[in-house]
Amino acid sequence: MSDPIAADIEGLLRKAFAPVDPPESLATRLESTLQELTDLAHEELEGWELSSMRDPRNWVRPVAAVAIGTAAGAGLVVLRVRSQHRKQKKHVQGLELAERTFRSAADEVKRLVERR
Amino acid sequence: MDKAQLDREFSDLYRAHLRDVYSYAYYRVGNHHDAEDLTEQTFLQAYRHFERAQQESDGRPLRPWLIRIAHNLAANLYRDRARKPQTPIEDTGTLSATHTTEDLVEGRDELARILDGVKDLPDDRREALIMRFALGMDNREIARAMGRSDGATKVLIHRAIKQLEEIVAAKGGVS
Repeated sequence: MSDPIAADIEGLLRKAFAPVDPPESLATRLESTLQELTDLAHEELEGWELSSMRDPRNWVRPVAAVAIGTAAGAGLVVLRVRSQHRKQKKHVQGLELAERTFRSAADEVKRLVERR
Repeated sequence: MDKAQLDREFSDLYRAHLRDVYSYAYYRVGNHHDAEDLTEQTFLQAYRHFERAQQESDGRPLRPWLIRIAHNLAANLYRDRARKPQTPIEDTGTLSATHTTEDLVEGRDELARILDGVKDLPDDRREALIMRFALGMDNREIARAMGRSDGATKVLIHRAIKQLEEIVAAKGGVS
């Protein structure tokens, strides 16, 4: 037989620990931070002197930068498009939203390809 | 698995568990400012180690892994603040809950007493209760997040609830 007092405490704990929705600004900030990581990796590559590439000991750094940049960039296509949707949500409905979604995703992919 | 697939899966993980990580962080540190920082750091760290975590998870859900990252980062936050006496830990350790209007009208005092009692629990017991009741994690998930066995976790939660009952009763009980 279950303990009614314990059951009561558990019920109260469920109420007391109601899930907390994260503020909208957090998602924006987090996605922006991931974007900065991508940019840093990109700058790292651009700043690298080609001449130093003759020495194999110097290959690790740019390869790591490419890996970080690629990973963050591709992942951010989804996140950034989602972030734009939040801004547009109040104004756009139905088919127009679907069209914008497709266009946004295509633009993001194009931007990433052009930056490489 | 190719990079694009990995990134899609990370995006899915982020969307599915942002609220879980934030809820955990909020109840762990007690204020929105630090909860936001903790959540952000958790996902950045998760992003860096996602591929390896996927390989090692063997298909198991990654929520316990995410919460474990948050748990470790929160411990670091408290440790760092303990080294800086000018920033009192109490400022970030106050538990407060977000509730519906109905809750506030019907049971504000009870909930306040419960949360007050939770503050008096040892860290591991308090964390286990947050995982169970704020995130709805089962014993196995909590065990993975806390690096314990399933059996030890079951005992931990049982003792946490018993101790909480005693604390609440000593402070006048719930109506």
